[in-house]
Amino acid sequence: MRKFLRTIFLIDLFEGLRVTLRYQHPKNIYTEQYPAERPQVAERYRGAPRLNKNPDTNETLCISCDLCAIACPEALIVVTSIRNPETRRKELTEFTYDTSRCMFCGLCEDACPVDALELTQDFEFAQYSRDGLIWDRQMLEDGPRPTPYKA
Amino acid sequence: MPETFLDSTELILNMGPQHPSTHGVLRVILKLDGEKVTGTDCVIGYLHRGVEKIGENRTYVMFAPYVDRMDYVAAVSNGLGYCLAIEKLLGVEAPPRAQAVRVILTELNRIASHLFWLGTHALDIGATTPVMYCLREREEVLKIFEAYCGARLTTHAFRIGGLQYETYDGFEQQCLAFCDAFPARVDDYEALLTGNRIWIDRLKGVGILNADDCKAYGVTGPMLRAAGVKWDIRKALPYSGYEKYDFEIPVGYNGDTYDRYIVRMQEMRQSARIVRQAVQSLPEGPIMAKVPKVIKPAPGEVYVSIEAPKGELGYYVVSDGTINPYRLRVRPPSFVNLQSLDKMAKGALIADVVAIIGTIDIVLGEVDR
Ligand code: SF4
Ligand code: SF4
Repeated sequence: MRKFLRTIFLIDLFEGLRVTLRYQHPKNIYTEQYPAERPQVAERYRGAPRLNKNPDTNETLCISCDLCAIACPEALIVVTSIRNPETRRKELTEFTYDTSRCMFCGLCEDACPVDALELTQDFEFAQYSRDGLIWDRQMLEDGPRPTPYKA
Repeated sequence: MPETFLDSTELILNMGPQHPSTHGVLRVILKLDGEKVTGTDCVIGYLHRGVEKIGENRTYVMFAPYVDRMDYVAAVSNGLGYCLAIEKLLGVEAPPRAQAVRVILTELNRIASHLFWLGTHALDIGATTPVMYCLREREEVLKIFEAYCGARLTTHAFRIGGLQYETYDGFEQQCLAFCDAFPARVDDYEALLTGNRIWIDRLKGVGILNADDCKAYGVTGPMLRAAGVKWDIRKALPYSGYEKYDFEIPVGYNGDTYDRYIVRMQEMRQSARIVRQAVQSLPEGPIMAKVPKVIKPAPGEVYVSIEAPKGELGYYVVSDGTINPYRLRVRPPSFVNLQSLDKMAKGALIADVVAIIGTIDIVLGEVDR
């Protein structure tokens, strides 16, 4: 009998409607208005790669050990270096990173012994062409320059 | 297609691969007699990437991010299964703290996967509201993932032998806050759907698969439990310390679409319970076991299966003593569960096929690999 009355008066539908109405208050709005409102991604976020420089001397931290290139499952990092005959140390010449094939797994970052390669919180690096996704050393050091959003 | 496939009274209807309710790129060829479905044929492989073959060409460590891309809705579970398989092959075991964190994250992932299933399933049936609420809660889970391991979907959260990342400050509080708020949210979904006449009419008695059929097809996970079989690998063959936690296995009776809905809703509540217990008893200690730098397991083979949100997820790995696996085979739950579509859809109406595909909870990334 109770079940019958519930059916007749559509109680269950109204209960559902109550849930919907309860969330109508503006403070329950959950949507982020990207790009007008920029999300704060987590500190550990694995986004755009960056090749860190020593802030004091402005020299690259990379020691050209090639470990990141070996660790990468997609083999998309190419490190080239020459050996300096005076100091007998390897010096970085070119560093390419193909973000179009990268899956941002973080294995290269974990492999780097000097924290030179880092995946940063930058997440906007869409490009108009595939060529633009292959980053050279300069781009890796300076970071991407996204077009600012104008409302 | 053979000649006999076409009959004067039969109509062949192609559904997918870009039909929104086929959850990706599943193509179903429906044989129809009027509105009635007399048979189905699944065409899969549109998302085939050869993940198993890639595994043979990568080292054990390198392959870990790829498994996330099979069932991308439950990437953490995939990663756990893979890490457990390789750990068994190596004969190491993750330290207790790592195991507890793994349990927390996989259970959160189960909740996220079920929420996503609920939202899209309801959307297929025609209820547009739940998906908004489901994705809101899923977002909370993804935020925990993002803060923990830096990615939201394809997380690569676990490493062979333990964890790469220590938990962040506020991890426990965030998980507990989620567990506190979550049961009330499930109540909201239930208020929207469980008693709703349209929902009941669309789901009750649709796509019945009884326990014997389930066993014959090898169907696992919530589908099997909805048919009344109390089988959960977390209880039957505990891994990663699941035996320490107290939870129940929800089961259904009829094995229809409605029961599967109920079972998954209960499972979400149970997962929240497990998360709370695991967070409260999170042990201190190391997070990484002693694993050689170059992983080179002795020749041998292992099969490890875990309870993924969709069913039994198994990894069969054969090592020949080199740094790459000799063979890596994945037993994906969605692929096996999808076989039962024909059995369930026979005799149903076209509109029910949408509900039946939804209730299997397939992810095509996993079906095709
Ligand atoms: S994040 Fe992964 S795929 Fe990308 S470069 Fe690093 S190791 Fe390679
Ligand atoms: S691992 Fe680090 S130091 Fe070595 S080559 Fe790569 S970026 Fe440079």
